[in-house]
Amino acid sequence: MSDPTAIVSLKDVHKSFGPLKVLDGVSFSVARGEVMAIIGRSGSGKSTALRCIDRFERIDSGTIEVCGHRVDDPQVDLKALRQDIGIVFQSYNLFPHLTVEENITLAPCSVKRVAKAEAKSLARQVLAQVGLEDKLNSYPEQLSGGQQQRAAIARSLAMQPKVMLFDEVTSALDPELTGEVLKVIEALAADGMTMVMVTHEMGFAKGIADRIVFMHRGKVHEAGTAGILSAPATPELAQFVGTGF
Amino acid sequence: MAINLDFPTVWARWPSFLDGATLTLELALMATVFGGTLGTLCAVGRRSRNSTIASLSGAYVEAIRNTPFLVQIFLVYFGLASLGLKLSAFTVAAMALTINVGAYTTEIMRAGFDAIPRGQIEAAEGLALSRFQVYWHIVLLPAMEKVYPSLTSQFVLMMLASSVCSQISAEELTAVANFIQSDTYRAFETYITIAVIYVVLSLVLRAGFWGLGLVLFPRLRRLGTPL
Ligand SMILES: Nc1ncnc2c1ncn2[C@@H]1O[C@H](COP(=O)(O)OP(=O)(O)O)[C@@H](O)[C@H]1O
Ligand SMILES: [Mg+2]
Repeated sequence: MSDPTAIVSLKDVHKSFGPLKVLDGVSFSVARGEVMAIIGRSGSGKSTALRCIDRFERIDSGTIEVCGHRVDDPQVDLKALRQDIGIVFQSYNLFPHLTVEENITLAPCSVKRVAKAEAKSLARQVLAQVGLEDKLNSYPEQLSGGQQQRAAIARSLAMQPKVMLFDEVTSALDPELTGEVLKVIEALAADGMTMVMVTHEMGFAKGIADRIVFMHRGKVHEAGTAGILSAPATPELAQFVGTGF
Repeated sequence: MAINLDFPTVWARWPSFLDGATLTLELALMATVFGGTLGTLCAVGRRSRNSTIASLSGAYVEAIRNTPFLVQIFLVYFGLASLGLKLSAFTVAAMALTINVGAYTTEIMRAGFDAIPRGQIEAAEGLALSRFQVYWHIVLLPAMEKVYPSLTSQFVLMMLASSVCSQISAEELTAVANFIQSDTYRAFETYITIAVIYVVLSLVLRAGFWGLGLVLFPRLRRLGTPL
């Protein structure tokens, strides 16, 4: 690994869907404990970049390294890779037929072979972290959107990942519910969790992110500390920040 | 015009009716278990990335859905016989029913699998579950839950269709009735009797599937959603 402190590093990543070039030489790296926010217009390749990190998409060229795993290697150990990465999507994707507790204990029990009792105490612990201790035995459909998203975060945390990926996790929520989810992410950041998040919440990104990556047409168009949001170097970012998004 | 009905003569044969009904139920249960399993596996096969497996499963479904059940029974019966396999009529009937209901189950389960949102599967993959674990924990039961009413109706239909197995002299309910009516010359009474027994068997099966649903789908039980 070139940078030993990097948890995630992308170098010159290219990815096309058919004729459509979605990632056009993307490079960035995230150090341990760092929070990176990826911003940019819809369609600029943000989700695709995250999905490539978790190997939901295979890249055409370039390298991706996550916690020592070479993600671009066809022989990569997916099970080990995905144990090190937690991913949370816009649409929660809780398993509807399982209670919150079962949603959380499923992966630790079946992937890590954690004993049932231990997994249950783990579930209580991560639910406390997201403020949902009382929803242990509820089914997803009995929860509000914000609660479902917090449960989804708890489910990922139960696998004790080394890095968390968030893809617009508040975009499906009513404005009054976004706050409760952002608070959970803030607490994670304060705990030192390494995170990469795609977000449209500019104020939040500014407050929490150590670094910001602005993607435009499949490229990292501008990157830097939160300061770039107040003083953009490129007209594209200026326009993006100016219009909200 | 007076209809002269004589049920007591027919009902005197109740032990035979009982045996026939028991055998019909046994056939139905075996075909449910084996056909359900076969159909679920073929539904997985139809969605396989391996095109040979996918088209084999597809060919099986089309072959069964486009031929009469009686012909399928004869094909199994005489096919196995010509291979030198001497199996009991009951075994042949169970096999034919399994193959038949397996094809319909394939189609129904496939619809169920298709109804599982892609995001559910990705969430599970993101949690490092293997392909098999994803199918087992995330796809199978919710898919079955979505199509459970169609699935159980198909199994009840299959139980009724098992009546055709009388043609290869499997001693199920209709075969028993054929024998009793030729023995007593009370055809109408005999067939009314087994019609009622079939209704009862259907109700028993439906009740059984309802109970099984409560066990398989605890969420529906807990939230009071009707099956
Ligand atoms: N699986 C896919 N197949 C084809 N095109 C895709 C696929 N996923 C994403 N795209 C396209 O790639 C482009 C970038 O998408 P995405 O990474 O989701 O952007 P963002 O998250 O920044 O809105 C879009 O034009 C989208 O339509
Ligand atoms: Mg996106």
